[in-house]
Amino acid sequence: MALSSDASEGMDYLERLPRRVVTLYLPLAIFLFVLLFPFYWMTTTTLKPDDELYDYARFNPFWVHHPTLDHIHKLFFETSYPFWLINTMLIAVASTVISLICSVCAAYGIERLRFSGARYVGLAIFLAYLVPPSILFIPLAAIIFKLVLFDSDWALILTYPTFLIPFCTWLLMGYFRTIPYELEECALIDGATRLQILWKITLPLAVPGLISAGIFAFTLSWNEFIYALTFISSTENKTVPVGAITELVEGDVYHWGSLMAAALFGSLPVVIMYSFFVEYYVSSLTGAVKE
Amino acid sequence: MIAPAAAFLLIFLAYPLCLGFWLGMTDAKIGEPGRFIGFANFVSLAHDSVFRLVVFNTILYTAVASVLKFALGLYLALLLNRRLPLKALIRAIVLLPFVTPTVLSAIAFWWIYDPQFSIISWSLIKLGLIHQYIDFLGQPWNARWSLIAANVWRGIPFVAITLLAGLQTISPSLYEAATLDGAGPWQRFRFVTLPMLSPIIAVVMTFSVLLTFTDFQLVYAITRGGPINATHLMATLSYERAITGGRLGEGAAIADAMVPFLLAAILFSYFGLQRRRWQQGARD
Amino acid sequence: MASVEVSNVRKSFGALEVIHGVSISVADGEFVILVGPSGCGKSTLLRMVAGLESVTSGELRIDGRVVNNVAPKERDIAMVFQNYALYPQMTVAKNMSFSLELARRPKDEIADKVGKAADILGLKPLLERYPRQLSGGQRQRVAMGRAIVRDPAVFLFDEPLSNLDAKLRVQMRAEIKALQQRLASTTIYVTHDQIEAMTMADKIVVLHDGVVEQIGTPLELYDRPANLFVAGFIGSPAMNFIKARLDGGAAPTLVAASGVEIPLHAAPRVAPGSEVVVGVRPEHVRLGGEHATPARIMVIEPTGYETQVIASLAGQDVVCVFRERLSGRPGDPIPLAFEGPLHFFDPQTGEAIAAA
Repeated sequence: MALSSDASEGMDYLERLPRRVVTLYLPLAIFLFVLLFPFYWMTTTTLKPDDELYDYARFNPFWVHHPTLDHIHKLFFETSYPFWLINTMLIAVASTVISLICSVCAAYGIERLRFSGARYVGLAIFLAYLVPPSILFIPLAAIIFKLVLFDSDWALILTYPTFLIPFCTWLLMGYFRTIPYELEECALIDGATRLQILWKITLPLAVPGLISAGIFAFTLSWNEFIYALTFISSTENKTVPVGAITELVEGDVYHWGSLMAAALFGSLPVVIMYSFFVEYYVSSLTGAVKE
Repeated sequence: MIAPAAAFLLIFLAYPLCLGFWLGMTDAKIGEPGRFIGFANFVSLAHDSVFRLVVFNTILYTAVASVLKFALGLYLALLLNRRLPLKALIRAIVLLPFVTPTVLSAIAFWWIYDPQFSIISWSLIKLGLIHQYIDFLGQPWNARWSLIAANVWRGIPFVAITLLAGLQTISPSLYEAATLDGAGPWQRFRFVTLPMLSPIIAVVMTFSVLLTFTDFQLVYAITRGGPINATHLMATLSYERAITGGRLGEGAAIADAMVPFLLAAILFSYFGLQRRRWQQGARD
Repeated sequence: MASVEVSNVRKSFGALEVIHGVSISVADGEFVILVGPSGCGKSTLLRMVAGLESVTSGELRIDGRVVNNVAPKERDIAMVFQNYALYPQMTVAKNMSFSLELARRPKDEIADKVGKAADILGLKPLLERYPRQLSGGQRQRVAMGRAIVRDPAVFLFDEPLSNLDAKLRVQMRAEIKALQQRLASTTIYVTHDQIEAMTMADKIVVLHDGVVEQIGTPLELYDRPANLFVAGFIGSPAMNFIKARLDGGAAPTLVAASGVEIPLHAAPRVAPGSEVVVGVRPEHVRLGGEHATPARIMVIEPTGYETQVIASLAGQDVVCVFRERLSGRPGDPIPLAFEGPLHFFDPQTGEAIAAA
């Protein structure tokens, strides 16, 4: 109806403003402050010169008084950080692409081909998602070693799909389910093959699902740590999370400025991708949980 | 069509899973294959006081963090469900802690928890509430609470945003009917919100418990399990024994020991809050 | 039971005013129906009476008391929603007793009231079922039972029959009317279906674009519509409107644009030569006889007990409903005359013009 509004708006007129501030705006502000403060701290630390960083008596730590790009410079030119960035990006993109392709095929097969046991395969895939990497990393390390993939990007590109595929397949199954089967039946009658149908009809309609799955897979892959820590040993081949933790501390000296810069710039690619596709990311988050 | 996906999962997931169980029953070390020793690893772990402490740590960490994430996440979801300006922007901001790679935000917390330069300590001293810098990561119990706080910080957005999606599916007329029936805010929460939300709560908390129990990144990044194993979780201990210590078989056994707890947690949270009769289809 | 007074009430959503100065009075025990097309503001008005929306200006009184800023639960009203809004996790009995339990009434009082309401509505065998297991009509009855148990001063219904199929709707109409008469309850009912309004109401309020077009009993609105909108809204099939010029002379005659003359048996009080809109209900068109005007059949639809004909008369389409069977085919000539009451309207303002 043109004139209806949602109930909470309607009955809000009974709530006085001061009460609203205390029960809604104040708690929300506190949440937002707590959730965002570490990022602010990360950024200010990156930009503060060392003498300001370690001297709270003279400089109020909440502001940046004499911003500098020294730490960033040190990070990019005196460490292997750029290599790590490239590595991580490469691995994330490659494993996302591989996983999407496999997931699309698998999801289509389960949803459309209607073979007996399809439900069980679907369930098995969902259960596969529940197996945590911290249980698998030791045997996987043995396998990777045997396949002579140790210390190469391929070790990660081939193992990341193990947790990306289950999630993407599950999500895409949900999306395929919303596409009316009649569209494909029409095409079947018109003489198209299954692959043609998938490519020309189903996929274009499932594009939002593909974007959602892709974005989520990208962030998951960027966030991965234990496999990268276990399978890669040489400095240049490390990923950003691993490198930041293991390489940027020299003995007992913590270069906090560069550490924070590493954290900041390591998070940026993911956050930028996310900010362009927020709705898609949220829909995969909630899609996975809604089963 | 399923072949490629199946191939990956069989080779890199199913096979390693079985191999993991096998390894747990050998005395394999890095560089030498092991002999089968049955349950010897598990027996020695049961007598290992560090292992017992670690199990305690993991259960404590999971239980406390999950409860806090649920309570705060639900509260935030309820706040976000009300009439707000800039809601989409706020929602996007709220998710940032979850989207950022865990280790990188862990580094930030490491700095925030620094014994000499912690911004928290500095602020509390300025406010006159304490007199010396807090040793966040040097004392066992301080370290535990600090890590739980970092974990909760990261996990609240996930719980909040998924519960928010669930809240938005509740028809407003249910709330209106309850209001006309005389229900106050707490009663509306208890009789409309909670029942309608419980299936989603079950799923969200299952995932949350799973992720928290098997957490590795946060602990490894900030404390590596110290001080004196106070913050060691089963995942980090497994890594330390297997990779750092070289004893693959023992490490695998620790990882395997996680499985019964996980199964119990999943079954408990999923079936405990399962769909109730009233949600199942019209059946006479 | 109580009376309800809506006095010059306005409602705006932000800068957009949607209800423009509406005044309605509902007497104690009266069944008033707010009817109008989608978007006319009837549901908004009902929600304002319930307290679910704020009143931007004007006064709202229940039983003489101004309730503009009184919380919904303090107003002693009960509402039946379009989508029933039953609590899914509670049985029918629990749904009905919920409000009494919140008010901490003694258990035997609750059981007694629920039992009585269940009896009236035939819900006794369903008391332990869950809403998911009930049909649409049963859910609607539970929603009504929930309202009855409260024994409120005013009952509000928000398009309760919209989600039911046609046959069930006819049955529920009779049940609701009987219930209201039995309980002698003050009732405000919202619908877009004018048949529901005509069959159930003591008094109908016709709303259009946030303004009251007319208030009256069903027959008043049928016999003496105050303007074009009400005339065209009430009655099915809708009234025919013929635009033409009134010719003076001994017998009043309409002259259509095409030049065709239509004799009338009554005349409006306007100067001869003025443009006028004449309204004739389809059931008041007669076949043949004196003063008939020739027309041509466009569509002929026999329904068994009557025949609907759409004819072209002087260049305009006229819908006719005849009791007799007719054998005619599209294209055949058909003589038409208007008997029964004629309604005249000003073509500019749409207001009704009195007969001379």
